[in-house]
Amino acid sequence: MGKQYETVIGLEVHVELATKTKIFCGCSTAFGGAPNTHTCPVCMGMPGSLPVLNGKVLEYAVMVGLAANCEITRYCKFDRKNYFYPDNPQNYQISQLYLPICRDGYVEIETQDGMKRIGIHEIHMEEDAGKLIHDEWEDCTLVDYNRSGVPLIEIVSEPDMRNAQEVIAFLEKLRLLIRYLGASDCKLQEGSMRADVNLSVREAGAQTFGTRTEMKNLNSFKAIQRAIEGERERQIDLLEAGEKVMQETRRWDDAKGCSHAMRSKEDAQDYRYFPDPDLTPIRISEAWLSERRAALPEFRTEKMERFRREYKIPDYDIQIITESRHMADLFEETAAICKEPKKVSNWLMGEMLRLLKEEEKEPEDSGISPAHLAALIMMKEKGEINGTAAKEVFEAMFHTDVDPLLYVEEKGLRLAADTDALQKVLRQVLADNPGSVEDYRGGKEKALGFLVGQTMKVMKGKANPGDVNRMLRELLQR
Amino acid sequence: MANIITDETIEYVGILAKLELSAGEREKARQDMGRMLDYIDQLKELDTDGVEPMSHVLAVENVLREDVVTNGDMRQGLLANAPGEKDGMFTVPRTFV
Repeated sequence: MGKQYETVIGLEVHVELATKTKIFCGCSTAFGGAPNTHTCPVCMGMPGSLPVLNGKVLEYAVMVGLAANCEITRYCKFDRKNYFYPDNPQNYQISQLYLPICRDGYVEIETQDGMKRIGIHEIHMEEDAGKLIHDEWEDCTLVDYNRSGVPLIEIVSEPDMRNAQEVIAFLEKLRLLIRYLGASDCKLQEGSMRADVNLSVREAGAQTFGTRTEMKNLNSFKAIQRAIEGERERQIDLLEAGEKVMQETRRWDDAKGCSHAMRSKEDAQDYRYFPDPDLTPIRISEAWLSERRAALPEFRTEKMERFRREYKIPDYDIQIITESRHMADLFEETAAICKEPKKVSNWLMGEMLRLLKEEEKEPEDSGISPAHLAALIMMKEKGEINGTAAKEVFEAMFHTDVDPLLYVEEKGLRLAADTDALQKVLRQVLADNPGSVEDYRGGKEKALGFLVGQTMKVMKGKANPGDVNRMLRELLQR
Repeated sequence: MANIITDETIEYVGILAKLELSAGEREKARQDMGRMLDYIDQLKELDTDGVEPMSHVLAVENVLREDVVTNGDMRQGLLANAPGEKDGMFTVPRTFV
């Protein structure tokens, strides 16, 4: 029988914070600017420039730490991590090694065997690097420093995960907490959340860890899963062949489904960290920390419990709606206006999710406002528009938050109510179909359906079938 | 001089600093580094029990900025001294293998 192996995984997760400006200078963090137009002497590492910490970065880092049950370091500072690479114009990255802002936390994830705690070793603040682009034509590298100095937090987990499912559950939990805080949008594909996987294998039951490798370039949950499975197999194959696993950094190639070692011996991993003399230490007072604690939002677990108490909607709906704080807020605010929680939930679970998926968007990317959604729901419930029209209005609101009342008027979607025009059509339909009128009066209910159908046809669908039904009965009883 | 710097150390520090030194420069660097370590040894003689490590030369803490954009587009000036430029970007020797 072959040996049984256990996989041991720890993560380093980089999260780009949702600040307006960079971590140490007043340059914009906006995405998509022309190359090097969001730069200044500080984020280009010009001699003599002085970095100053963005207070919002500290606030977000502490909030994430509190959400992840961490100890907040009351006296912390920044260190320089020295290395040469063109994406790093200072030749050092400002990071935190000795006194990171948060330590010793945990988050809970759901696994097949119930809840499991994944330890957080530390969270530190640091700056992002610039972007390198290869120029085929001139065979050189082009550098854009717009991302240089964009604030990051790095969340370092304990080696507490044992398989890809746990890794993904952990990342999803972090993503949920951070998005609830509004500290980042955490998009893997766009790089605002990046995970490096530290993985080793050991014989089942062993007490010590095997030699680990670090895997980079993982930009989707699927890539993470494949990389974990691939690296586990690679390490087991080495051990089975009597070889050793080298401690190294490897780059995952998702297209090829394999990885290769990234650094050569020439680039010794000796970062010679030392305290950054340009930045002052940070002392966190009890009062400031209490304010941050008080400002923490209601997180998903508590929100789900409260929704169960306050709204009569299915548990499944609650689970989906609370996956995003934006969606949950939209639900509550809309329900407060129209007093139809289940109807609101139906719209969010139906059309909203459909459009988000189709257009690959996050709930906060949609501009739809509670007042307009409530107005649409009330119009639909009063029978002023039909289902098809309501969906059309919703889609328009999803994109530009149009006023549904104006939109319905503009597009002529309103169903005719008990108007003279409709009365006229009804009388004409009765006059044109004497046979059906007689059948109905003779007790044939079905005949009424035919008359309703005829009316809707003449009205080109722009009448409320319920109203037509009621009005026809009234006329026929005369 | 009490501290003797080995050839390996000079070589290693050279790699880390991305410096290529001539034989004469190596010898001078060896002397300088040895003297630096001697100085550190001298500092080590002091009793520093109960002295907090100093992390900043000035007695200031919590110097923070508001999260407000204050910088505009300064690209032209920043690129002015670049040895190479293309499409608003710096050009450097190729890094991709």
